[in-house]
Amino acid sequence: MKAAVIVFPGSNCDRDMMVGIEHSLGRKPEMVWHKETELPDVDFIAVPGGFSYGDYLRCGAMSAHSPIMREVVKKANAGVRVLGVCNGFQILTEAGLLPGVLMRNAKLKFICKDVHLKVENASTDFTSKYSAGQAIRIPVAHHDGNYFAADDVLKSIEDNNQVAFRYCDEAGNVSEEANINGSRNNIAGILNENKNVLGMMPHPERLCDAQLGGTDGKPLFDALVEALS
Amino acid sequence: MSEITPEIVAEHGLSEDEWKLCLEIMGREPNLNELGIFSVMWSEHCSYKSSKKWLKTLPTEAPWVICGPGENAGVIDIEDNQAIIFKMESHNHPSYIEPYQGAATGVGGILRDVFTMGARPICNLNALRFGDVDHEKTRHLVSGVVSGISGYGNCVGVPTVAGECEFHSSYNGNNLVNAMAVGLADADNIFYSAAAGVGNPVVYFGSKTGRDGIHGATMASAEFTEDSEEKRPTVQVGDPFTEKLVIEATLELMQTGSIVAIQDMGAAGLTSSSFEMASKGGVGVELELDQVPMREEGMTPYELMLSESQERMLVILKPGMEAEAKAIMDKWDLEFAVIGKLTDTGNMVLKWHGEVVGDLPIDPLALASPEYDRPWVKTERPAEIDAASVESNVGRIDALKTLTAHPNFASKRWIWEQYDHMVMGDTVGRPGGDSAIVRVHETNKGIAVTSDCSPRYCYQDPHEGGKQIVAETYRNITAVGATPLAVTDNLNFGNPERPEIMGQIVGCIEGIGEACRALDYPIVSGNVSLYNETNGQGILPTPTLGAVGLIKDIDKAASVAFKKDGQAIIVLGETKGWLGASRYLEIICGREEGAPPLVDLEAELKTGNFVRAEILCGVDTCHDISDGGIAVAVAEMAMAGNIGCSIDIPANVEQAYAWLFGEDQGRYIVTVDADKADAFVVKAGEAGVTANIIGQTGGSDVVLGGEGIGVAELKDLHENWMPDYMAAGE
Repeated sequence: MKAAVIVFPGSNCDRDMMVGIEHSLGRKPEMVWHKETELPDVDFIAVPGGFSYGDYLRCGAMSAHSPIMREVVKKANAGVRVLGVCNGFQILTEAGLLPGVLMRNAKLKFICKDVHLKVENASTDFTSKYSAGQAIRIPVAHHDGNYFAADDVLKSIEDNNQVAFRYCDEAGNVSEEANINGSRNNIAGILNENKNVLGMMPHPERLCDAQLGGTDGKPLFDALVEALS
Repeated sequence: MSEITPEIVAEHGLSEDEWKLCLEIMGREPNLNELGIFSVMWSEHCSYKSSKKWLKTLPTEAPWVICGPGENAGVIDIEDNQAIIFKMESHNHPSYIEPYQGAATGVGGILRDVFTMGARPICNLNALRFGDVDHEKTRHLVSGVVSGISGYGNCVGVPTVAGECEFHSSYNGNNLVNAMAVGLADADNIFYSAAAGVGNPVVYFGSKTGRDGIHGATMASAEFTEDSEEKRPTVQVGDPFTEKLVIEATLELMQTGSIVAIQDMGAAGLTSSSFEMASKGGVGVELELDQVPMREEGMTPYELMLSESQERMLVILKPGMEAEAKAIMDKWDLEFAVIGKLTDTGNMVLKWHGEVVGDLPIDPLALASPEYDRPWVKTERPAEIDAASVESNVGRIDALKTLTAHPNFASKRWIWEQYDHMVMGDTVGRPGGDSAIVRVHETNKGIAVTSDCSPRYCYQDPHEGGKQIVAETYRNITAVGATPLAVTDNLNFGNPERPEIMGQIVGCIEGIGEACRALDYPIVSGNVSLYNETNGQGILPTPTLGAVGLIKDIDKAASVAFKKDGQAIIVLGETKGWLGASRYLEIICGREEGAPPLVDLEAELKTGNFVRAEILCGVDTCHDISDGGIAVAVAEMAMAGNIGCSIDIPANVEQAYAWLFGEDQGRYIVTVDADKADAFVVKAGEAGVTANIIGQTGGSDVVLGGEGIGVAELKDLHENWMPDYMAAGE
């Protein structure tokens, strides 16, 4: 797998993403500065979390117009696997690669903690190392993770198995209580129609190392490495 | 004709004597620009004029100290050519006036102190103190301060991993926001602030200068009155996105070898940064103020010198390096300007479109700033309280429930879940333990960090209280298995012009110094915040300490959670049942009084060394015993591990509540496998450490001498107080 991580001026999970990928890949991905106008020859692109431009405007709105994002969109449309985590997810929705928007958390506060996710679709290049229905523990750290899509959009996402992860409890029950940020249908991560683009609010790269308290994020990167080698 | 009237002098906070000294140094009457500079440089905030005499008595040296107080932050060696740079600083006054921005810029300021010296920040901590929970402003302040810290810290991408939050009515009119930053640097690439090289360019980079924060340092050096809210314009506004860019740009610039000296523009902005740099380097400086990047039109030299706009840096470059430096700032979309040069005149000359608008001698002003030996009276240690005399009609389980759900014991998860405590991917010990642990990136070493203060002990006996804080940080670092290395102090007190307050300052500093010397645990940086008073009502003496320790193998770190059933619970250190100034006496009996517990520093050292050695040999569960004594400590361990315990009160104990809730110092709780417990006790004895088996882990209840309560019920009380309290205000 040839991987790249996009770095915006306010990215702050770029190093975490690099380390997370390295755990599975065995070498560092390329780091690509947002002002670049060309991407290296890669088959996996990660858009990491952070506050890309301070997020003073709508989260991700400015980054979506960065020079490099035009290239990311092109590659995504050509089938390259693209993962957006947290702010990266917001950027991918702003760039039009994923449907819906991320709004301010229902309780209006930043939330940083481990949550449980139910794996809804385990037959993608991102999720094949999980089993469908499995509950995994992954941290969130966001202020704007409240996923919203209009009824018709939501229906097509659900009908087309585009929901990758939903917030659930430890036992895997998708409940109102487990819905930490008010997302519609407890959605924590979604795929595009072709299933080669995944956006998710939780941070799989933060739990790929037992010293940090868990490794439930690692199978996601393992799956990509396996699929792309 | 005189343009400076006595009223203008008074508005600038200079006393009559200080004004006379000012005239003497200048040899003429200063103009308004010059007076403004005197005002901030001699403010309590910048000059430490009331505390300097006493701060000098603190121990600041050890073989592992690379740089002690006097620079932007303290620097200690952690081997392998790595250094930790850290400091704690208050942003009390601004956070009361404007909680969000006050707290946010407190975080920004302390981060700059750390990366200015060459460190990448690796974690933040904060120590917060608010008024009574029933006071009308408390919720608003908690909410604003926490979101300010969260908004800033999360955006810059530095994890906020530890801290404390306490409520007491003495903070009703003066909350305390003490922020600490810790950074990691190469030990052979530390940057200092002493300017050098006549002719070298003085370069400004970062944000533009606006009109915010003018006279912030002077504001922070006076008591509050009812009209303090009118001072809101003196509070700065933070821009964490720009701070993130400034961090990256500064660290990148540091790799080029072009920097002679560097300093951030913090309190008193361009004035204090340029003065301190020139003064330390023994050079003069000439500034072209019209070259300073300005946010608004029509700004005056006076405003430019005194603005406290955030996210700005001042650097002396090697000659000819301007273009390379500018290219880095362009990459990060930051302002860059050459605003002057170093001279050999020993003066600071301020120019405005070519015209001299200020000319001051640097050394006399910076170094001859006032130092006071303010009159003080010693706080007399109150009478000791005999445990037998304490009325105790509250059952032990009811007392435990009350304490567990009390604002000063309840979980602060509501706060720390709003902080990104995991970003940077090295938080191996998350918030909620004795110390947080941050892994040194790409190594197996860990940095343990904690912040502590026991204002109620300091109020009753400043000297013993000062010792206790040092000992408590030492224990918190030790309890995870780390070696305590050094301390930063953030001394918050009332008005030093009152002899009883000055007595608290002197007592606490003496106590802190004594304990730091005994534990070989130097103070390497710090900050003083005085005049924390409103309408003559001072805060409890609050000398907050932040401490740093090193654990060489993070896989051996211990945590507070009970790990398995059937282990023996052992108390290390002596239990006598000290109730004076305890939480039990305060909360259960409604008495805030009595002599606080004594700290035996020799025992502290012996017990600490033993505990640390045992953790490195395999003990994985450890907690220091502090507020609320044994009962609260075991309850916390049970709640963290979701495992109960049964504690046996020794038969010879006369007052069970004193044994359970007493706050004797120098104690830890560890668990070891039951079959190894006796050998452990013997081993402790051989090391001169008192050890007693007090019970065993297991079950789903916390049982204290036959009376029990479910861990789950206790946990609900512990976890729910703060969310319920904050929700009640919405």
